[in-house]
Amino acid sequence: MDAALVTSSIEDIEIQLLLEALYQHYHYDFRHYARASIKRRLLQARAQLGYGSISEIQAAVLRDSTLLPRLLDFLTVQVSEMFRDPSYFRALREKVIPHLHTYPSLKVWVAGCSNGEELYSLAILFHEEGLAKKTMFYATDINPTALKAAQAGVYSLDRIRLFTENHQASGGRSSLSDYYTANYGRAVFDKSLCSQVVFSDHSLVTDAAFAEMHLISCRNVLIYFDRELQDRAVGLFRDSLARRGFLGLGSKESLRFSSHADAFADFVREEKIYQRTGP
Amino acid sequence: MTRAIVIGASAGGVQALSSILTALPPHFACPILVVLHVPQRNDNLLVELLRARCLLEVKEAEDKEMLQQGTVYFAPPGYHLLLEKNMSIALSSDEPVNYSRPAIDVLFETAADALERDVTAIILTGANHDGAEGLRAIGAAGGTAIVQDPQTAEVATMPLAALAACPAAKAMSIDEIVLHLRQEAA
Ligand SMILES: C[S@@+](CC[C@H](N)C(=O)[O-])C[C@H]1O[C@@H](n2cnc3c(N)ncnc32)[C@H](O)[C@@H]1O
Repeated sequence: MDAALVTSSIEDIEIQLLLEALYQHYHYDFRHYARASIKRRLLQARAQLGYGSISEIQAAVLRDSTLLPRLLDFLTVQVSEMFRDPSYFRALREKVIPHLHTYPSLKVWVAGCSNGEELYSLAILFHEEGLAKKTMFYATDINPTALKAAQAGVYSLDRIRLFTENHQASGGRSSLSDYYTANYGRAVFDKSLCSQVVFSDHSLVTDAAFAEMHLISCRNVLIYFDRELQDRAVGLFRDSLARRGFLGLGSKESLRFSSHADAFADFVREEKIYQRTGP
Repeated sequence: MTRAIVIGASAGGVQALSSILTALPPHFACPILVVLHVPQRNDNLLVELLRARCLLEVKEAEDKEMLQQGTVYFAPPGYHLLLEKNMSIALSSDEPVNYSRPAIDVLFETAADALERDVTAIILTGANHDGAEGLRAIGAAGGTAIVQDPQTAEVATMPLAALAACPAAKAMSIDEIVLHLRQEAA
């Protein structure tokens, strides 16, 4: 793309400056996120937080760090569900788990775990398949509010019906209700599911590899990055995976445009599950 | 000059869309992006169906791919379809807009932002209000706004809402829309 051919409205300039300010002052780096969706969400933030312009948000957030979490909630999308795309979890269960059984101990990284729905899905799946005891989970995200919610594992009861359907469709061997207690309109998931989970702040944009993983599940995070940034994240996954380790992406994400594609082979192609090959 | 065509359709949309898309020649000098509301978790059989019947290339949009002329891109079920300024596609799993994901408003607003005057947007039959705000944005940015004539639409609600939000839009029958597109990007 020829940068000179791309018109910059005043709003685009303001957005660029706001993202730069967030990076310089808070080390949150949104500069290479897919711009069209960042812009939509910042315009929503401007309207809902009651500012006249993006520049006003910038001035405010630089001086008032209490505004940061609210802004992060606009900049990061917290949409998730348990056993989202049941066929993905079914493929893990049927095709990946048998391989994982051969290891004495396992490390699983849920990158961009949001409010924890994906983590609990995997924890339950590993429990059902008899792998829970030897597995260490790492659940990471950049949004501290989401991480806290993930740690708490409390969901509104009206979402449980969908979660239960998804769980069954994923080939669930137990009843989802075995794992939570319901009260006051909320489902509280069993603390024991989290006994071997490390929750941690980690950015796929600015942070490095931290352990050698057997499975990385990172779904619906890469779509929010531009191509360059997707490449960085995939490079990080490559560096974090044990030889023959597995990488699962979202149903509309792929390694097709990644310069690291060579380091992976399709494992379950329709479900975007890859296996680390090569050196 | 139009650099992309964006189309939104809902109830009755399969019929209307296939009438338009099957009438367009190969080597059509524009990419076409489509948001069609389908019941959640429906496989996109429609894409297969239209691929077999169209002279144009028809596919489900992929994240980060660059738009090609003469290709029709459908929003995948469950994902919003956005257009970037560098003429690439971005998908997102953001909340539904107007109870819909994909939402027509999201595609149209980003297309208006990316292409300003150089986009043609079309609202077809449907039973809701999605696309009205998006069409207003297209009109405000100087793009061409077209609405299926409510009298000829299977369900008029969506065309009527779009016309109300964007009075500058032209109402056309399906045949007139096809003619217009053929002239614009033959
Ligand atoms: C749409 S949610 C996906 C949740 C879950 N993985 C799923 O598929 O259901 C995207 C998540 O990515 C997180 N995220 C955004 N940028 C990130 C980054 N640079 N590093 C790690 N996580 C990030 C957001 O905070 C959000 O929780």
